[in-house]
Amino acid sequence: MEKMSRVTTALSSSAISGRTMFCHLDAPANAISVCRDATQVVVAGRNIFKIYALEEEQFVEKLNLRVGRKPSLNLSCADVMWHQMEENLLATAATNGAVVTWNLGKPSRNKQDQLFTEHKRTVNKVCFHPTEVYMLLSGSQDGFMKCFDLRKKESVSTFSGQSESVRDVQFSMKDYFTFAASFENGNVQLWDIRRPDRYERMFTAHTGPVFCCDWHPDDRGWLATGGRDKMVKVWDMTTNRAKEIYCVQTIASVARVKWRPERKFHLATCSMMVDHNIYVWDVRRPFIPFATFEEHKDVTTGIVWRHQHEPHFLLSGSKDSTLYQHMFKDATRPVDKANPEGLCFGLFGDLAFAAKESLISGDANRKPYPGGDRRYPIFFFKKPDPTEQFAHVSSALSVFETDLDSNRMDWFVRTAQLYLLGGKPFAELCDHNAEVARELKRPQVSTTWTMLRIMFSDPANIATSGPNHLSKLGTLPLMNSFNLKEIGSGIGNESRLERNKGDIRQDNVHLEPENISNNNEENEETEGSEGQAEYMFGDAELDDDDLYSMEHDNQTEEQECTLPQEAFQLRHDILDNPSAPEHLQQDKADSPHVSGNEAEVTCLTPIESFSLISISQPLFTPDLPASFFCPIVREMLSYYAEKGDVQMAVSALIVLGERIRKEIDDLTQEHWYTSYIDLLQRFELWNVSNEVIKLSTCGAITCLNQTSTTLHINCSNCKRPMNSRGWICDRCHQCASVCAVCHHVVKGLFVWCQGCSHGGHLEHIINWLKSSPHCPAGCGHLCIPPSRRAAPSLATPDSAGPPLPRSADADHKQGRAVNPKKKSGQRESQRDERAVRLHEVLT
Amino acid sequence: MASDTETGFGWRANGDSAPGPGPDSDDGRGGTTMKTLARLCSRDEEERAAALEELSQGVLVCLGLDRPGSTRLGKETLLHLLRLARSCPLRDVRSRATELLRAAQEQGVEIPRALASGPSAFIPAKQILKDGPDQDILIESFLSLGRVDHVTMVMALHPAYLSCFLRTQHALLEMDGPLPRHWRHYITIMAAARHHCSYVVQQHSASFLEAGGDESWLSGLQNAPPKLRGLNPLNKLLAHRPWLITQLHIQELVYPGAELRWSLAELIHAVILMTHAHALCSFVWGCGLNPEPDHAGGHTFRPPSPGHPTRSPQSPANEDGRQELVDGAVEVEVLMKRMVELQEQQEEECTQEEMVTRFERERSESIPTALVRGAPPERLLHLMEDPDFRYEDFAPRGEQAPPTMRAQDYSWEDHGYSLVNRLLPDMGQLLDEKFQVVSNMTYHRMAMHEGVDTHTLRKALWNYIHCLYGIRYDDYDYGSVNVLLERSLKVFIKTMACHPEQTTGHIYHAFWRHFRHSEKVHANLIVLEARLQAALLYTLRAITHYMR
Repeated sequence: MEKMSRVTTALSSSAISGRTMFCHLDAPANAISVCRDATQVVVAGRNIFKIYALEEEQFVEKLNLRVGRKPSLNLSCADVMWHQMEENLLATAATNGAVVTWNLGKPSRNKQDQLFTEHKRTVNKVCFHPTEVYMLLSGSQDGFMKCFDLRKKESVSTFSGQSESVRDVQFSMKDYFTFAASFENGNVQLWDIRRPDRYERMFTAHTGPVFCCDWHPDDRGWLATGGRDKMVKVWDMTTNRAKEIYCVQTIASVARVKWRPERKFHLATCSMMVDHNIYVWDVRRPFIPFATFEEHKDVTTGIVWRHQHEPHFLLSGSKDSTLYQHMFKDATRPVDKANPEGLCFGLFGDLAFAAKESLISGDANRKPYPGGDRRYPIFFFKKPDPTEQFAHVSSALSVFETDLDSNRMDWFVRTAQLYLLGGKPFAELCDHNAEVARELKRPQVSTTWTMLRIMFSDPANIATSGPNHLSKLGTLPLMNSFNLKEIGSGIGNESRLERNKGDIRQDNVHLEPENISNNNEENEETEGSEGQAEYMFGDAELDDDDLYSMEHDNQTEEQECTLPQEAFQLRHDILDNPSAPEHLQQDKADSPHVSGNEAEVTCLTPIESFSLISISQPLFTPDLPASFFCPIVREMLSYYAEKGDVQMAVSALIVLGERIRKEIDDLTQEHWYTSYIDLLQRFELWNVSNEVIKLSTCGAITCLNQTSTTLHINCSNCKRPMNSRGWICDRCHQCASVCAVCHHVVKGLFVWCQGCSHGGHLEHIINWLKSSPHCPAGCGHLCIPPSRRAAPSLATPDSAGPPLPRSADADHKQGRAVNPKKKSGQRESQRDERAVRLHEVLT
Repeated sequence: MASDTETGFGWRANGDSAPGPGPDSDDGRGGTTMKTLARLCSRDEEERAAALEELSQGVLVCLGLDRPGSTRLGKETLLHLLRLARSCPLRDVRSRATELLRAAQEQGVEIPRALASGPSAFIPAKQILKDGPDQDILIESFLSLGRVDHVTMVMALHPAYLSCFLRTQHALLEMDGPLPRHWRHYITIMAAARHHCSYVVQQHSASFLEAGGDESWLSGLQNAPPKLRGLNPLNKLLAHRPWLITQLHIQELVYPGAELRWSLAELIHAVILMTHAHALCSFVWGCGLNPEPDHAGGHTFRPPSPGHPTRSPQSPANEDGRQELVDGAVEVEVLMKRMVELQEQQEEECTQEEMVTRFERERSESIPTALVRGAPPERLLHLMEDPDFRYEDFAPRGEQAPPTMRAQDYSWEDHGYSLVNRLLPDMGQLLDEKFQVVSNMTYHRMAMHEGVDTHTLRKALWNYIHCLYGIRYDDYDYGSVNVLLERSLKVFIKTMACHPEQTTGHIYHAFWRHFRHSEKVHANLIVLEARLQAALLYTLRAITHYMR
């Protein structure tokens, strides 16, 4: 060590200067080494062996050591090392197993000095003793290490690693007699140079080969190793057992590792495959490189610090045939781009938030976290390290505890389930929602709904239709309280299915001829993707009579229904939207959808009638048009959204529909929608979220329903995938899904018991289960467990909404068309068999 | 898929004359048989016993039901029984299956009969049974795969290798991976077709259908999706001249703009599948594996005719070359001596010139391998493009010899492993294990000698194969290949590695005449792995260049 410090003093501070620079080599480099005074660098490779002088502005080729007419394989270098004591002395390791030394002081052109051909296989590494001039060590693929005395013709001692392939050998900086060797099997051995019979110590450092090792330049007994397992590990060798003290996980196998001079905790690594960058790590900060050099275009094969006491210059050679000098000041600092904020929820809703202190300090209310100030890990206190150059990111940790009660989100769930967002006249919706809010003890929200009603609807209408509807709520079966839209689409579905059977319902007569002429295949393939209306289709396969009656109900009694006013707008939205599945356009052209068209037809009347009403009838206060309130309402919505009650914002947005939609910019709307949908999904309110998606007017939102809509099914007989469309399994030639009650094929909603997996037409099963809790297939399974039987909720309109629409929600996800481009290879078996879980219906 | 030996069989019971594996269309029975067979592979002994009972009941009922026809006993079932009787490592299953077949025969059913007497045409069946005492691994393989195929039986001579081979194969074909299962089997079929290996093709055709593959793909490449067909050029090169693979081939498949692009992970998966299949074909041909009893060409419904031993044309020729054992012993002695000499010999100093010459000499030494077998069966022809593309001997030096690959510049340990593990996690590890097992496997014996260090011999074999594929080790003296590998061995190795479909019994019997069969199988395994690694290295290098 004394010698080293002498070297330090010998180096005047201005001795080394330069800039980031590079030069082209003629061939890929395998290794580089630098001479003691840092003025020259040697580059060695399969087809190159040259010395370059490091000048201020450039590399200058000094000497080509690869001489001779037909260069021998001895010149195909795997490694090279320049002696750190004797500036004329170099050693190379050749791929054919030769160890060669070179004397630059020789007068002849050929500087080759000694040739040792004792190794049988490729020599991976040569290493001079740091303080002993004539001692050279080599490690080879044949599993042997040899120590040469350069004054003798052959090796003085041979060390057998008892395994294949020595990958690296390094003399210790601390102990004169010790060297470390790393092996392909993951082991690292420590040897005493005087005792060739047996290693002093061996430990397993990595899984898979250890490609490199490097002793810490300070005399601390630290050894860094890098392996194919992508790790760099730092071992403390001073203890009895080698102890892993640091571990850095990189992204590719580590080919070389070199401690950075004068920086206790820094080391540089480069990788053998795929990753071309050089990283400098602070081993105490293993997650993010301290600095990165990204110049090379192919893997970096050799790295060396230019001078052993100068931390700012790094030299590197690469397979891309370039030699670089990297300046530390030009390095990329990944930490600058890192995000120092962190956020985490605790088990009971506590929220921990860590952010840069500067960001948080402004907040006067912040109290230090009682758990102790964690900003500084203990060792920072012990000794503030001047060499620690990491950007000092001290973050403040705030923990927000939640009062368990106040944080209950029950109200959110209840509200989401109870709110009505459509299917009724505006005023009624507002009233209903106001009532819901009132019952949940949210007077402000309740008042808001009432205000909205007053602002936007016409008083006469309220007076007449309001009570009407209230009474209806109690009496109508669930179905009817749902959207007209849905019913329209239900019809569509039914008619489509009917058409499959070849009997076209009379209602379809008014369709354009091309609709009818559509073939069924297309229909199934692209079913349900045109516009708003058919999102709902396939709600249920109902008896025609039911449908008719409902349809009439709606048309006669609920003229004012608001619903699908979006239908037309939306179709264009979807078409314009690039993210919408491509087949939509094709759909549009083929327009196979009876359902779509029919829904439009049925919807048309209500819309028009409504608009007529709203325009033609005089408002309560003629000088206060609805638009007068828009700015206020907009502010109100924003207020709720900002406050965190995005539910209110979205619900009101949907209920208000066209009245307010234009007032709020699309991005904000989309943002609200996504937040709300996200919340709903976190609470597993799938149905509500689906309804919101459905009702939203944002193209980006409605698209959500069109993703992952494939349903793969297996034949119930032979359990093989149903590949073809249609109802017959290719392989066993049987109908795949037969109703357990009527023994006909189910086309449309298929309900099954998760217990015994029998099922059938929704209606049939519902009817069956009214009379018997056992499986209709006669398998003996108790499909409705006794505990459930007490509360048969099938037919009662309970709080959440009717089961049928829920099932409709479920099937949107499943029964829809497939994007044919999605996976080209896989045959997307696609069936419009609707699946509803019986149990879900029952709850 | 009709095989010519079978056209004449008198069994036409229910008009279903399409032999070979396929969905059982007899009636519902096929399904139940399959289920019972699956239960036979249960690890629970009672479950197995129950399944066996069920199976025999089923068969007996069929036999008794409508006596004259007995048509209800499907052909599939009979073949399953035959297979169980012949290859199941569980004694009770084996004997019961035999009984059932006999019972069926007594009832007048035409029962199938295996054509081959053992898994291999080259190795006497007794030898395999004698040398393979390790029943555990066979039972394990039966329980997990449902059958013990001929490959497994022969490899079971080297249980250490077999277990990691099966692990890798299972991971490749069944475990999570980027490619769908039926694609994996189809890729294997495409690859095996290049070497006319109907054994592998048939085996994977069955698995392909089982995995839900479309039967029409099997009738010809043109029915497969274009993305799969895009693999053809690579498949061709991998099978015959992997050194020609460049990053352009990779780019064609993964170029972002191209339709039907392959992701790198998919591509690696496919490449490993293909190389695995090619190498496996070498093994199948090199060991002269007979068709499985339930494969087309592996059985006949004809009663044995005395005097004319029936032999399937698809099983490799069964020449017996063991007459010249006389001077075999001398050969072994000579070889032993040479190995010892080589080990003791001081590294002689020779110029690079000389080393290159030695390498090139080995590489281009003309080894007659042109014993051309007839054109491949029609159905295999449909599964490949450009069937005339073959391995080509390297041109004499200087005349456009393809560049050699330096093992030191791109090695499996340093480069290949990392790349594979990056793109297909765990696969690198599995392959690595397999390579290591093969390169370290030794029983310290040679023919009749015990306690021999066979390292140099194994190394010579490995490096010779890599040499044939243009991979050169700087630190290896190719002179020793010449010393250690006699000509007949070279003929065998080169045939197997480069034209496996031309392997004959004669070639197999001609080399190492005094060695055990298990030792020859060992040599086969070395060829398998060395070939796999060579092809893999070229592709991986191309992919690395592409990623650069």
